[in-house]
Order: sequence, then C-alpha cells, then structure tokens
Amino acid sequence: MSVLKTFKIGGVHPPECKYSAGEAIKALELPKQVTIPIAQSLGAPSKAVVAKGDEVKVGQLIAKGEAFISSNIHSSVSGKVLKLDEVLDQSGYRRPCIIINVDGDEWDENIDRSTELKKDITATKEEIIKKIQEMGIVGLGGATFPSHVKLMVPDGKKAEVLVINGVECEPYLTADHRLMLEMADEMVIGIQILMKGLDVKRAIVGVENNKPDVIEHLNNRVKDYPGIEVCALKVQYPQGGEKQLIDAAIGRQVPSGKLPIEVGAVVNNVGTAFAVYEAVQKNKPLIDRVVTVTGKNLKETGNFMVRIGTSVNELIEKVGGLPEDTAKVVSGGPMMGKALNSTDVPVVKGTSGILTFEEGEAKRVETTNCIRCAKCITVCPMGLEPVLIAQYAGNELYENVEAERAMDCIECGSCSYTCPAGQPLLDYIRLGKYKVGEIIRNRSKK
Amino acid sequence: MNLLTVSGSPHVHGGNSTKKIMFGVIYAMIPALLVSVYFFGLGAIKVTLVAVLACVFFEWVIQKYLIKGPSTIHDGSAIVSGILLAFNVPSNLPIWIIIIGALVTIGVAKMSFGGVGKNPFNPALVGRVFLLLSFPVQMTSWPKPAVLFSGLADAVTGPTALGHLKEEIGRGRTVTDVMENGTKMIVDGQEVLYEIPQYMDLFLGNMGGSLGEMSAIALVLGGIYMLFRKIISWHIPVTYIGSVVVFTGILWAIDPEAYVNPAFHLITGGLMLGAIFMATDMVSSPMSNKGQLIFGLGCGVLTVIIRVWGAYPEGVSFAILIMNAFVPLINNGLKPKRFGEVVKNG
Repeated sequence: MSVLKTFKIGGVHPPECKYSAGEAIKALELPKQVTIPIAQSLGAPSKAVVAKGDEVKVGQLIAKGEAFISSNIHSSVSGKVLKLDEVLDQSGYRRPCIIINVDGDEWDENIDRSTELKKDITATKEEIIKKIQEMGIVGLGGATFPSHVKLMVPDGKKAEVLVINGVECEPYLTADHRLMLEMADEMVIGIQILMKGLDVKRAIVGVENNKPDVIEHLNNRVKDYPGIEVCALKVQYPQGGEKQLIDAAIGRQVPSGKLPIEVGAVVNNVGTAFAVYEAVQKNKPLIDRVVTVTGKNLKETGNFMVRIGTSVNELIEKVGGLPEDTAKVVSGGPMMGKALNSTDVPVVKGTSGILTFEEGEAKRVETTNCIRCAKCITVCPMGLEPVLIAQYAGNELYENVEAERAMDCIECGSCSYTCPAGQPLLDYIRLGKYKVGEIIRNRSKK
Repeated sequence: MNLLTVSGSPHVHGGNSTKKIMFGVIYAMIPALLVSVYFFGLGAIKVTLVAVLACVFFEWVIQKYLIKGPSTIHDGSAIVSGILLAFNVPSNLPIWIIIIGALVTIGVAKMSFGGVGKNPFNPALVGRVFLLLSFPVQMTSWPKPAVLFSGLADAVTGPTALGHLKEEIGRGRTVTDVMENGTKMIVDGQEVLYEIPQYMDLFLGNMGGSLGEMSAIALVLGGIYMLFRKIISWHIPVTYIGSVVVFTGILWAIDPEAYVNPAFHLITGGLMLGAIFMATDMVSSPMSNKGQLIFGLGCGVLTVIIRVWGAYPEGVSFAILIMNAFVPLINNGLKPKRFGEVVKNG
C-alpha cells in the first residue's frame, strides 16, 4: 500500500470518538416554532424582507443578502411570522432573528421535492453562480462563507482544481460521513456543478482513511463521472482546514494571508456540494442540513436532517434529553466548536454537530508553568510558535503578535490540546489576533 | 436546567502533563541508576537519595516561605534535578557537599528564576559546576568500581579514564603508551599501576567516574525510551554526539598519538549522560528543530575544545551551560518552517 497523503507541518491525532458513524440520517420532526437568525454567513447580515404576521412557505426568501459577501436566507418552514426580534443565538448574544410559528408543511411550488436523481446539468456557468447565490448556499463545513463568492474567481487568477472537503477531522462529528454514504450521487453531481461553475476539469475529494466505507463507496460512484478522484488521506487533525487539505491533496501550500485561489485551488465541503445539487437541480434553497448529536454521556447518538432555525433543545430531546451530569454543550466539534451558554438556541447553516460533555470532561486541565517543551510548535499546522504568540499577547505586545504571524493562525486548537502545562494558548492567541485585527483596520483607515 | 460551562475551544485536552514528562525522564534514568548501584553499591544509593530528598525539600521550602506560591514538588521536576545532580558527582561525595549542591541546583539555578520552566540554565549542571569549583578535591576523587580493582585493597579512589589520559598526554606520552602500558602511580605511599579499562568495560560502565555517567549502554536505553515517549527529539543527542565524533575523528586522523580516537571520547566521561539527559532538558534548550541542531553542534564542539585544550578533562557540563546561554538568541534567530514558505507549486 502506498503512503497516505497528509499535510506536511504539525498536526495531532485526538481520539476519534465517532460514536454516531453507524447512525443513518433521520429527518427530525417539524418543530412548532423556528428562530432564524438573519446573520448566518460570513460577511454582512442579511436584510429581513418579511414582517410580523406574514404567511410564509417553505423555501420562501425571508432575508436578502445585499452586500457582496452576504447570503440569502429562506424560511425553513411554512407558517406565520410571529415577530422579528433580538434573540439569544449560538454566539451567546442577542441577535436579530425571524421567528416563525409552524403551520403545516407547505412548500414553495418552484421546489422540486421528488427524490429522482437529476443528472443532466443544463445550467450555464453564470446560471449556476446566480442560482447558488439566490438559494443562499454557504460553506457548510462551519465557516459559512457564501459559496457563490468562491465561484467568482478574481481577474488574473485561474482555478485549476476543485478540492472537496470530506475529511471531517473533528472528533465525534459524523454528519459529513453519513452524507457521503447516503447521498453520494447527489453530492457527486453537486461537485460537477461546482466544477462547471468554476470552469475546472479536475476535482479531488479528500477523505481520511478512518472512513474506509466512504472511500470505497465514493470510488464506485465517481467512476461514472469524469474528472473526479477520491483521495484517501492519513488521519491527522486539522486536515479539514482549507490550507491543510490543499497541501495534503495536491501538495501546494497557500502563502500567508492569501486565498486558495493563489495556488489555483478552490475548496468546498461535501455538505456544500450536496446543497449545491439541491439548489441548482431541484431549485431548493438551503433550509436544512445534517447535524450530528453526540456525547459520551448521551444514551444514544444520531445524525439528523434538521430544518434551519430548530432549537438545539429539540435535537437533544430526540436522543433522550440532556443528562443530569451535562456540564458543557458544544456546537461543532470538540477542537474548534463553540460552547453554548444555553441549549435554547437555533440550529443555523453552520451547525455541524451538537456535542455534550459531562462534568469531568468539561473541566479544563490545571495550568502550570510553561516548560518550553516546544510541543505546541511541533504540532502547529501553520508552523507558528503558539507559546511565543500567547506570551506576547498576554503582555500586550501586539506588534510582536503580528510579527510572529498570529494572523496565520487557523485556531485549530492543536497547541492548547497538546500543552503539557495546560496553558490556554489559543485563548491568548485569539485575544492577540483580535487586537491585531483592530490595529490592521486602523492602519488601513489612515 | 443546569448551568453550562462556556469556554473557548479546544474543549478536549491530550492528557499530557509536566508530571508525566518528568516521571518519564525518571523512568528513563533507572537503567543508569541500576548500573551505578551495581558498581558503587550503597554509595550510589546514598548519594542519589540525599540529592533527591534535598532537592525536593529545598523546592518545597522556597516555594512555601519565599515565593509563597502553591507547592510544585508533585510535578517531579525536583526529583529529576536531584537524580541528575547525583549522576554528576562521585559516589563517595560527603553528604554535606551534596546538600550544598542541591541548594545551588534548586535554590539558585531554578527557584530564583521562578521555578519549573523558568530557569535559563540546566539546574543540575549549575549545581555540579558549583561543586566542582568549590570542592575540586572531593569532586574529582572517583571511587573505582569494586569489580575491576579488587586486587588493590588500599586504592579506593582513582582518576577517570578521560582525565588520566589527558594528564598523561600533557606529560608528553603518546596515546598508545598510556593505553597499553598503564601508568605507575603512588597511592598512599605505595606504587600501583593504573590502567585505563578496556573498551568493553568503558562501554558497560566498568570505570571510574561520576555516578550516572558510567554506562553508555544504560544511558542510550533511557534515551531510546524518551524518544519513544516523545519526551526528547533526536536532534540534540544526535548532533551533539555526532559532532563530537566528527571533531575528535578529525583530530585523531591528524595525529593518533596526540589525540585519542572518537570511540574513547564517546564512551568515557559525561558525554552520553550530557547529550541524552542534560542537553535535552526542554526548559534550557532551543525550541525549534533547527535551533536544536545548532545547539547540539555547539555543545559537541565546545565539549571537544574543552576536553582537548581546556583546563578540565571533561567539558560536557561547561559546554552545555555555555550553549544554554545562547538559547534565547537561537530561539530568536531560528524560526520553525512556516506553512506556505516551502514549495509553492509542488
């Protein structure tokens, strides 16, 4: 067997804990009410186009993305708009949301709800980009970058290869795993649509070899489609990081501060490819997604197709409710996910999983003196010196934080994960990045 | 509804700890410790025990009454310093000198900088060099291993192979002469013949010297264990030992009668102990791999310079301490390989 590819610098291998890998995707029952935040993608928040009392159908546009980097938002249910209000969301802050009381399940008539596989891609490159924008497709790997923007290659640059992220390197999460098994055909057609939209002849699906079932299945599926290859990767976190995946799959390293297009690559998540299929072939906006619900202390775990705006509480109820000993609930994976301060918050486009921790797991390890073991440097996938950046940030030396290339940090958490002294390295680096961001913005103002 | 903990990611930890690393080092030192107990008997146990207890005690006292912080003795780093100090002294060193050494090791070299992780110099080496300068006689009276010199009832102490050879070469003798014919010495009014042990004995540790530097094989075993546990990386030991071999090899090639061969340098003195356990101390060695290569190289070159032309027969302690002083500069100058700076289009 040949040596499996992976990225070249750093990386860790946390216990995989993929308990829900064998659980087929189940549709979650319709909730009674949905709370849909109007800021669900990177960039500017969208502008609500419905008002209190309006009747909406499934798939109807309810908030429009007007800026270049922003995205449309559609109703995930049918019913009546209860109110537009500021509601607690996953960020822990109150943010503008549209709250809709569910009534039946009446879909917009333009949406093709049949399960028939539509293989022929009739849309042109321009139509594809327009459709993806219209249907509110964003990167479903977690970063929620509006997908149509990625397809608009800047002048002077040329996309050569589309890299599809099926790595799912976060422990616990299995949403992409299940999607690749159960919706492989749709996903592969979605990849073809993306290839057409980008005008590239080659696509590589990166999958870690802890998912042999997926690799085998996809290899069978892509036979019928020219230009798509499946690349088995060595299990290594954070391989799902955009730059790491490009390095692993095609051996090119995106320079500091640059986008993947610099090396001719565009990266999309498998979930996004599936959503693109639905948008372009079925006219279906992004109104639902697969969410993994998992945790060591849960009675059962699962993968659910969830309408956007459904409360996290309903997902947890579905697997038997929140155990008494739960001390932390994370949206996303254990390495990069966000700890929620309440479970009464809506599932959004970027929610890939809900993960629970019991008391013991939720506690951080005790912090002791740094012993300069340099393990954080060894594992940093960006080749940075986390300990140094953290110390500069802690001492408010933000010029040094910037000079040490803190802005290259992808916040994968490998440094904090590996630190034997239990130093909260990433906390300090985040602080440093935040301050450096401010400094950079002020500088460009002048 | 219970209150939820909110904290920044990552939400899991790999489970490594300072304590696990320190105890890993302690386990790695066990083979060398057993060898010294085999050759020196109770003396080795006594010296090690006193050094460890004194180090732990001083750390506890200073932490409690001077720093007034939480106790750090449970992390095992004081035990490591204690064993390393013991490894660097003769097995017949008086207890009171060991205690002074422990005070310098922990009090001066470690706690005065702020405790574990803060010391710029390897604490055990600081303690050792302090003792060497303050008590030169006691620190260089090496008890002979019981097995080899059993015929010489009165001779309890003798020189190290390295020190003896250097002295004799200084008197104008050739390497072959010293190695093959031995040296007549007056010990307590009696004339005795001192012979440098055979290579196999040197390799196994059957020679005069400090406690822990006896057996190259036991030290290498410990090093392999630490490599396996990822407590150390190969960079420092390999470049350190490699540069000593290359440097002494060049000298030996130039004049084999004035300079002894690299193999002798390799298995005598504190080279193995220094390269595997002292220079690799994570606190006082560079962080990047490139920096570690430079560090190892510097240690090797300095060791040979001191051994061959310096005032002391052994240069490992001084070489490492000197290189420790360069670590901040090395860290500043040699950055790890950044992502995106290698091949642009592979």
